[in-house]
Amino acid sequence: MKIKQLSVFLENKPGHLSAICARLADAKINILTLSLADTQQFGILRLIVEQWEQAMKLLQEAGFVVRLTEVVATEINDEPGGLASILRVLETAGLNVEYMYAFTFHAKDKAILVFRFDDPDTAVGVLQRNGINVFDDVELYRLG
Amino acid sequence: MAEAIYENLPFENLYWSQMETLPREEMRVLQLERLRKTVDKVRHLPLYREFFEKTKLSGDDIRSLDDIRRLPFTTKAQLLENYPFGHLLIPRHEIARIHGSSGTKSKPTLMAYTRKDLETWANLCARFLYAGGLRSNHLVQVSFGYGLFTGGFGLHYGIECVGAGILPAAAGNTPRQIMFMQDLKTDGLIATPSYAMNIAETVRDMGIKPHELALKFAHFGAEAWTEEMRQVIENLLGIKAFNNYGLSEILGPSISGECWYQNGMHIQEDNFLIECLDPETLEPVPEGTPGELVITNLNKEATSLLRYRTRDIAILDSSPCRCGRTTQRMGRIVGRSDDMVVVRGVNLFPTQIEEALLRVEGVTPHFLIKVERPGAMDEITVQVEIQESHFSDKMSDMDELRRNILHQIQVVTGLRVKLELAAPQTMQRFVGKAKRLEDLRDLHNVQSSQGDKK
Repeated sequence: MKIKQLSVFLENKPGHLSAICARLADAKINILTLSLADTQQFGILRLIVEQWEQAMKLLQEAGFVVRLTEVVATEINDEPGGLASILRVLETAGLNVEYMYAFTFHAKDKAILVFRFDDPDTAVGVLQRNGINVFDDVELYRLG
Repeated sequence: MAEAIYENLPFENLYWSQMETLPREEMRVLQLERLRKTVDKVRHLPLYREFFEKTKLSGDDIRSLDDIRRLPFTTKAQLLENYPFGHLLIPRHEIARIHGSSGTKSKPTLMAYTRKDLETWANLCARFLYAGGLRSNHLVQVSFGYGLFTGGFGLHYGIECVGAGILPAAAGNTPRQIMFMQDLKTDGLIATPSYAMNIAETVRDMGIKPHELALKFAHFGAEAWTEEMRQVIENLLGIKAFNNYGLSEILGPSISGECWYQNGMHIQEDNFLIECLDPETLEPVPEGTPGELVITNLNKEATSLLRYRTRDIAILDSSPCRCGRTTQRMGRIVGRSDDMVVVRGVNLFPTQIEEALLRVEGVTPHFLIKVERPGAMDEITVQVEIQESHFSDKMSDMDELRRNILHQIQVVTGLRVKLELAAPQTMQRFVGKAKRLEDLRDLHNVQSSQGDKK
């Protein structure tokens, strides 16, 4: 029930982000979602793509440092209180969220939350026991 | 293994030359005699004529080694003013070889050698090579550049003098260097420390373990490096790495070199008289305090410089060495009086940044220091290359890495700097001398004079 996420180290130089996007576009790889964590000195680009193995290879060949991590994608209702309810579940279970990001997709009333846990397996168990829909990769990629 | 080479040798085979163990008093007598001769040799040169005409000094006036302070300094600028050979002591047809400094910005400073000078030079290199365990049955890979640069030829003929075999690989083409190490099982390596680091990292990245190489020892010189760097290179290549020092203006590599115990470089005092001076006041510093090395040739025919200002900063050490050599030693070069940047009133040497980085796990010793002055205050930015294995998708991990680096830089230099992380393998690698500092300040109006006092 875990999703593969690529993280790319970005130096604080113009053109690095567009270079990554161009590489993926050339290979016809669609970015399902991304998040960028940046500081003044450097950034970390996190990507979810269906063809993650191909994307990882492409970017590494282009000289980028890429790390593969597993994240957990859950679905919530796109309405006030949706995120709060899921965070309450995680808090009660004592699960620490390293970082998270959200995106919406074609189905109007739903949003997807991507979580990075230190222990994703435990987190998936907790979420499912609390009736929260956790995506596997096939389901998630279908949405894209 | 290598320890045994040294420990089991009969005493008389420990040293290449009896000069290495000459009693101090005899050495001083020899130095004084040679200094007086040198003064008489050089006093008519265009380079020094004005000084000696004015002072009427001659060799007879030099009564003790302390009288060296009555003699004039020589600077690189003066050598260039007298380019090409205002310092040549012999007729042109007696020149056996010419070497020189790189002269990237101006004309090179050229130095000449007679046949005897070349012999002396080879012998002096042989001394420290022998002290580091080189014997005639070894094969040594010389990965120094060959050319005007004194490193390649200097060490080449030093090795030949010991009677060992030479692979003149020259600098560059790192995979080929490693191929030679594997295929020819070379015992020794000669390189700049930064190029050796480059080789060592490539060896690691190729998955080659130290025991798979036959390499036993290396002699590094031509640029400043650190103890931490020594540890890294020694571990990656499975060798003992020795430091040596020299500069083309004086003779080339030969001025000093480490013995087996790696605790400072033994100065070849029968050939060079070394002073350690405060670069600002030009007064001697107490032993153990870093100062600029100022060197006088005592035994060179084609050229002989008086009190040459090397701009290299190091300490001198007269404490006895376990190896039994009686010569004074010098510490590693900790910086250059002209590369030294004064930032916010603090003396900063690029080697200090290197030392700090080598204490942090997750970064490479490839870096660049940029000094700027956007307003009234100096701003220092250090670009550091991270190791691929230490990149994390978690900002908390990256922050910790940053904090570690900043902390170590502050511990070593006392300075707060701005830090930029660079991706692995993106910073420039150097085959020769590394360039680690960019001073982008416009200091023409404010820079305190480090000019030469004539």
